[in-house]
Amino acid sequence: MALTSSIKRDYLYNLAKNGKRVDGRKFDEFRDIKIETGLISKAEGSARVKIGNTQVIAGIKMDIGDPYPDSPDKGVMITAAELIPLASPDFESGPPRENAIELARVVDRGIRESEVIGLDKLCMESGEKIWLVFIDIHIIDFDGNLFDAASLAALAALFNTAVPIERLRPTLEKLQEKFPSVKGYLEEHPKDYQLPMNEPPISCTSVKFNDVVVLDPSLDEEEIAEARLTVATDKNGDIRAMQKGLDGSFTVEEIKKIINVSLDNGREIRIKLDKSTGK
Amino acid sequence: MESDIKLIDDDGKRLDGRKADELREIKIEAGVLHRAEGSCYLEWGGNKVVAAVYGPREAIPRHTQNPLKAVIKAKYNMAAFSVDDRKRPGPDRRSREISKVISEALDKVILTENFPRASIDVNIEVLEAEAGTRCAGLTAAGVALADAGIPMKDIPVACAAGKIGSKNNDGKKTGGHVVVDLGKEEDNFGDADLPIAISPRTGEILLLQMDGHLTLEEFDKALELAIKGCHIVSKLQKEALVKKYQADVEVD
Repeated sequence: MALTSSIKRDYLYNLAKNGKRVDGRKFDEFRDIKIETGLISKAEGSARVKIGNTQVIAGIKMDIGDPYPDSPDKGVMITAAELIPLASPDFESGPPRENAIELARVVDRGIRESEVIGLDKLCMESGEKIWLVFIDIHIIDFDGNLFDAASLAALAALFNTAVPIERLRPTLEKLQEKFPSVKGYLEEHPKDYQLPMNEPPISCTSVKFNDVVVLDPSLDEEEIAEARLTVATDKNGDIRAMQKGLDGSFTVEEIKKIINVSLDNGREIRIKLDKSTGK
Repeated sequence: MESDIKLIDDDGKRLDGRKADELREIKIEAGVLHRAEGSCYLEWGGNKVVAAVYGPREAIPRHTQNPLKAVIKAKYNMAAFSVDDRKRPGPDRRSREISKVISEALDKVILTENFPRASIDVNIEVLEAEAGTRCAGLTAAGVALADAGIPMKDIPVACAAGKIGSKNNDGKKTGGHVVVDLGKEEDNFGDADLPIAISPRTGEILLLQMDGHLTLEEFDKALELAIKGCHIVSKLQKEALVKKYQADVEVD
């Protein structure tokens, strides 16, 4: 982790005391969010999300695979995040470290536990052949709040995803000789179709430093943060996932306030997500 | 793998409609990232590549330092979703080799002796791949280095040429056309690929690889076409840099 100078820390503390942030935002205000989908034609679905200067690209690949024994009728999703050295002077290449793994797992949980992907509709032959959905998240430019950027990019990419019947037709045709249900599946789905999706939760992250809580931390704010809380909320206004991070603590009142702020902002982000995916 | 696809017709027109000496469409944008000291986004046909430069900064781990000059660490990485069948994330033997030859090519043009014990890190990320990613990556790296203000003798640039469309007669290949900048099918089913990188001001060759089968005459022709291609791309690199910095001046 990068060191922060005391001058910068004091500067941010003083600004916060006067109710201000370094980029002029309110405490409960997100940076500008831009969502762009379908930019990678080799991927089954893709999206680029910019939150201020933070930039994340998510790509979805699908393949035919074997189900897990405890869920023979369900597709399988696999999430991976790469903090590639392109994005920050502090990221190193090589196998994913703690931070990349936490990021991938938090994104994965948000999507998996809310059943955003209709995994039950991704079975071709019970116990034998199902669809694998790979979510790969690449951090391209790092200026804070990767959790929200990565989650949003993954969701936008999933909504942009078409099941690649055409690309895998030779394999599917071979499989249908052995597995009768695959034949039925192929008749039902003669060409690429939209990946079955359910209502997604939207994740909003806040951090606390020097007894103030700010939403959507920039890199400067993240570096001096004592505690972090990510809250994912759904369309009905319910909570779907949370993750507290760092070695500081929150009071119960702070947590409740963060949840409310996350609900309000989640609603606005949802509108942007729907618009980007043409809903 | 053999294929019945006719890569080039009798009029010398290629599968995607290009002439033998015609490049795919290329778009270059300099300075696209906030955090990196220099960066470049490049589209070359179906390839989409981002390059970012960090440094010069202290080389770590220490044992990689050279007391006389900077070390150039280029890292070529392919996104898992950049190809038809998902690529396992992380470096493999192919990407390590490409990283090495690109590092060596860049080392030649950068004034490394100005920065002893430092490293200059060049990260190349392939977002979408469609034949010729190493040329696209090196070309993007050249622009990113210039954008980062790294002192260089020249902006390095890369382009490939190759041979396609020879006929198969009982296991022997005859005929064939030498063309520039192989596309996807040409790369998969062609007869030879010759990617090169040059320093366009002096014409020095910084990177050269070849696979396939070329006669001496075909090699001469391919090299000539690739160098010509490099010069065309070099112009686009400079235009992208001018476009970025001209805009900056106008704002001031």
